[in-house]
Amino acid sequence: MSSVTDPAPPVTSGGQPLAERTSATPKQLHEWLRQMLLIREFEVRTMQAYQDKKIGGFCHIYIGQEAVAVGCIAAVQHADPVVTAYRDHGHALARGMDPKYCMAEMFGRIGGCAKGKGGSMHMFDKPNNFFGGHGIVGAQTPLGTGLAFAKKYQDEVIDGGVNKHVTLCFLGDGALNQGGFYEAMNLASLFDIPVIFVVENNGYSMGTSIERGTSMSHRIIAKGEGCGLTGYEIDGMDVVNVYEEMKKVADIARAESRPAMVDLRTYRFKGHSMSDPRKYRTRDEEQHWETGDPITRLRDAMIEGGLIDEDGFKALNKDQKIAVREAITWAENSPEPDPSELHTDVYVEKFGPYTGTSQPQIVTDAEESR
Amino acid sequence: MSERIIEFRDALREAMTQEMHRDPRVFLLGEEVAQYDGAYKVSRGMLEEFGPRRVIDTPISESGFAGMAIGAAMLGLRPIVEFMSWSFSLVAADPILNNAPKMLYMSGGQFGCPIVIRGNDGAGGQLGSTHSWCVEGMFSNVPGLKMAIPAFPDDAKGMLATAIRDDDPVFFLESERLLAMKGHVPEGDHYVPFGQAVVRRPGTDVTLVSFGRPVHFCLDAAEELAKEGISCEVIDGRTIRPLDIDTIVQSVRKTNGCVVVDQSWSFGSPGSEVAAQVHAHCFDDLDNHVMRVHSADVPSPYAANLEQEFLPNARRIAEAVRSALYVA
Repeated sequence: MSSVTDPAPPVTSGGQPLAERTSATPKQLHEWLRQMLLIREFEVRTMQAYQDKKIGGFCHIYIGQEAVAVGCIAAVQHADPVVTAYRDHGHALARGMDPKYCMAEMFGRIGGCAKGKGGSMHMFDKPNNFFGGHGIVGAQTPLGTGLAFAKKYQDEVIDGGVNKHVTLCFLGDGALNQGGFYEAMNLASLFDIPVIFVVENNGYSMGTSIERGTSMSHRIIAKGEGCGLTGYEIDGMDVVNVYEEMKKVADIARAESRPAMVDLRTYRFKGHSMSDPRKYRTRDEEQHWETGDPITRLRDAMIEGGLIDEDGFKALNKDQKIAVREAITWAENSPEPDPSELHTDVYVEKFGPYTGTSQPQIVTDAEESR
Repeated sequence: MSERIIEFRDALREAMTQEMHRDPRVFLLGEEVAQYDGAYKVSRGMLEEFGPRRVIDTPISESGFAGMAIGAAMLGLRPIVEFMSWSFSLVAADPILNNAPKMLYMSGGQFGCPIVIRGNDGAGGQLGSTHSWCVEGMFSNVPGLKMAIPAFPDDAKGMLATAIRDDDPVFFLESERLLAMKGHVPEGDHYVPFGQAVVRRPGTDVTLVSFGRPVHFCLDAAEELAKEGISCEVIDGRTIRPLDIDTIVQSVRKTNGCVVVDQSWSFGSPGSEVAAQVHAHCFDDLDNHVMRVHSADVPSPYAANLEQEFLPNARRIAEAVRSALYVA
């Protein structure tokens, strides 16, 4: 059990060689390492850009939690919907969004994934089946149930087959206390909807520790069990472990067309948002979790297993730094939205001051490259 | 050929069943819509016709099932959400206001939300204040949604069919007080376009503008006022978003007078919006300022007499018309 009073990273895996504890191929492992390095670098540069006032509004950094988005998304198929809350850069990148659209969105530019209309908390990527990016705590949970409902409806009612999909609905532990989450779980259970509620349990909802805000904090999956969902507790700091465990959860949810709840223990290395001085937790606790850095863990395991060497790691990391630098340059060169964009995308239909809608560059680029 | 006469509720059902036959993406969900045949029998027989995968009983869980339907709409399904009463939509405020009307904008055009949310709206059944909401005032404030309020059975069918086919989210406001109203409703395809008001009674002295059930209060008042030699033109706005201001302006330029009748509270309401727009467009045409008749600015009362006094009833409308025309 991890908690603020007992901050040990929940090491349930590790020790054994990679080959003995994962079915993942070297190619997959390299890809996960690459994605985590990309997210880490992207977030470091995001913080700098925020401090340079190139990014406005609220901005929530994913550093420390990389193994969760990368491992979970690797465990499902590309056609499976993914939806999350406002700490969403990592999920967007793990889902395959080119970092340039993500950065341009935060820069408020027309090349952003949502033409600069959503910002940091509202990333969307239709070509990659990524449904946001939702700013209100817990609001994405009924949507997640609905996305999974729609996939099942398409598979079974419209196509006349059996359900082929599973939906990942991420939420933070802070969303455990929102009523809509219970309604979403209850409906998913009643209607046999294959959605997995992945709780990224980093121990804090903003500055409130899980013990101070959530009953049954030592065993949150009891909340899902109360609705008939099977619950799983998973070490979220080890991407290989996340993948292996989530693969089982996803395969069961897909095959049985049933919802599940996962308590993924993780830690955000930075504050809740860019303005958070983190006075509610100790430096000792932070350092303790930092020893379980998910990138270091995978790197060390891969070196030990002879899958990468120090030079190979450095080269991979350098490639990600270059990719993020290019994303920043691209974002800076993307124009601000034309003032006429104010009145587009309000309605599909054109009427009065509303000028209809059009697809952003992230969609048109994907269509062209297809 | 004899005109087919059916009830308002049957007209609503006909729109839903016709569109569900046309498009397999359309489905209905809500409390008691299936096995119970609908709390107000709007969906009677639909479970038998379409089965439980497309006519879905939900628990009393408005925030959950409204949000679920919005998620399904993001993926291209076309849900019809029935709220037994719009009064119950308040517990679903976040999904219906923060998600449905904003999804297209927030996603930069990637994900629309073609959903219809429908149910009873307005006071008149002695249900007390919690169950008597007129949500027009609150919800019409939000860009990104459309709002339709039919007043007659043929419009109930034609506007609901249009709503289901619409690519944008539509808030469809029905009145429990009108569900048993009978009228001619065309068989087969019948679509009433949004943003087109209709003149229900032509007149020359003053323009009455209203939406939904109060249109009937206006027609009653016009009948009474005709006996006094006052000729009222009654406009049924049909949709609040989009608002057909052109038809209203055209009428006011003819009558030189305007009374707006709106069953929501007066402060920040469709009535105040229409009045402001008429003032802007017809400043030089008006013989008096635009008068407004709303529900009284109090919680809706239970007592029958108080509730009738609370509503923008025909007597209060007639008084406003006389005042607008400087008739003592």
